[in-house]
Amino acid sequence: MPKPIVSPFAWPASSPEVSLKAPPAVVTADASEPNSNATRLARAWEVLEAVPDPEIPVVSIRELGILREVRLAAPRSADESVNAADPVALEVVITPTYSGCPAMSQIAEDVERALSAAGLGPARIVTTLTPAWTTDWITPEARAKLRRYGIAPPGARAADTQPVQFIRARPALTPPNCPHCGSADTERLAQFGSTACKALYRCRACREPFDYFKPY
Amino acid sequence: MMQQHLAYVLRLADNALILGQRNSEWCGHGPVLEEDIALTNLSLDLIGQARLLYTRAAALENALTGLNLSENDYAYWRSERQFTNYTLTELPHYGPLAGTAHADKDYAVTIVRNFLYAALMALVWSRLEQSSDAELAAIAAKSIKENSYHLHHAQEWLVRLGDGTELSHRRAQAALDYLLPYTNEFFSPDALEDGIALQGLGPRGADLKQDWLDLVTPTIDEATLALPQTGIYTTTGKLGIHSEHMGYLLAELQSVARQHPGASW
Repeated sequence: MPKPIVSPFAWPASSPEVSLKAPPAVVTADASEPNSNATRLARAWEVLEAVPDPEIPVVSIRELGILREVRLAAPRSADESVNAADPVALEVVITPTYSGCPAMSQIAEDVERALSAAGLGPARIVTTLTPAWTTDWITPEARAKLRRYGIAPPGARAADTQPVQFIRARPALTPPNCPHCGSADTERLAQFGSTACKALYRCRACREPFDYFKPY
Repeated sequence: MMQQHLAYVLRLADNALILGQRNSEWCGHGPVLEEDIALTNLSLDLIGQARLLYTRAAALENALTGLNLSENDYAYWRSERQFTNYTLTELPHYGPLAGTAHADKDYAVTIVRNFLYAALMALVWSRLEQSSDAELAAIAAKSIKENSYHLHHAQEWLVRLGDGTELSHRRAQAALDYLLPYTNEFFSPDALEDGIALQGLGPRGADLKQDWLDLVTPTIDEATLALPQTGIYTTTGKLGIHSEHMGYLLAELQSVARQHPGASW
């Protein structure tokens, strides 16, 4: 199987201002045409829906906004197409969370493995940097799942990600509610936590420590 | 033109890599667990930024030369004179000593350096978001968010140390007195930065000095520290001429790759 082509600088063919892509609701797998490319695309979305984030396995890479798009593209070689009559390649676009996120290569492997296992591979995996990932893309369902998992979901991005605009006062960070007991009486223990994307907090009501997914 | 573009991206990348490598020395040795984790995360961000920038540099150089370079060629296979990071980023975590003498790491030096550098990068990344190189702008859009956490971290600790005990104040002031003269290099004019500014690729350091002072001064005041004179001596790391500490840092960074060329894991 050819190795996926991973380029950090491939741009989406569409406008870079793409918002979070959801699986196309109207395109569903058509059992009468199991080998059509439309079926392959719809199936790929279904399969990738089940690919979890390697570090926070309760949420999928789509729910976190890491999976940007699944699309059909011109094949670069015959290997990339499964349909000789209508040759197209499956292209999966992912974006990193933090620049140094060590999970990216794992995510690319997981995507490739999931598609191959479903008979949809090989897929071309493209990494894009723009638009830059933001915690605003995390879906409401994923926020609820994070909370149940014990991680406080990210708040709105405040001025604290715009360092040039605050000079004297560091912004008063609104503390997240405790994911265990719901109390708003929480305190930050450390701005950097167990992974690049989390901070460590403690609840003053139930005394439990918890992770907070930092706004990014 | 393209040569200047490449050289500029390498400057950005080298700063991120060398400071990331330096700060990673705290991994497993932090003064408290939370700071150990913070410095390790911060290094991970910096090395991540360096990887994106080296990958961009490789694309530029490959287009110029037809070679097939990757990020690893820049990090592991260049020699000291080919690295163009600011001298500030390569200094050890302790103050001035004679020759190759060593001392225990001093957290005040670590914090002051991170503060001075993150304040500069807040301005640089902000300008680079408008770079005529769309790929560099994309890297800037990510890095600026990470950098803001680094800046907050350093600001909080600078205030805690400077406005803390008599001992912590004295050490923070000593670190600032020692490191501030190295920031002359941030703002020293040179032909490369003039060139990239003309092409709309990025800012001239010299044009950022007032904004940078406006950014660092309030925190230094809050930390009850005094901004020392920097004098006129300007270090030359960005021209490839480094301090005596650089070779040791590179030896540690590159030794495994050079003992096992082509190894993969």
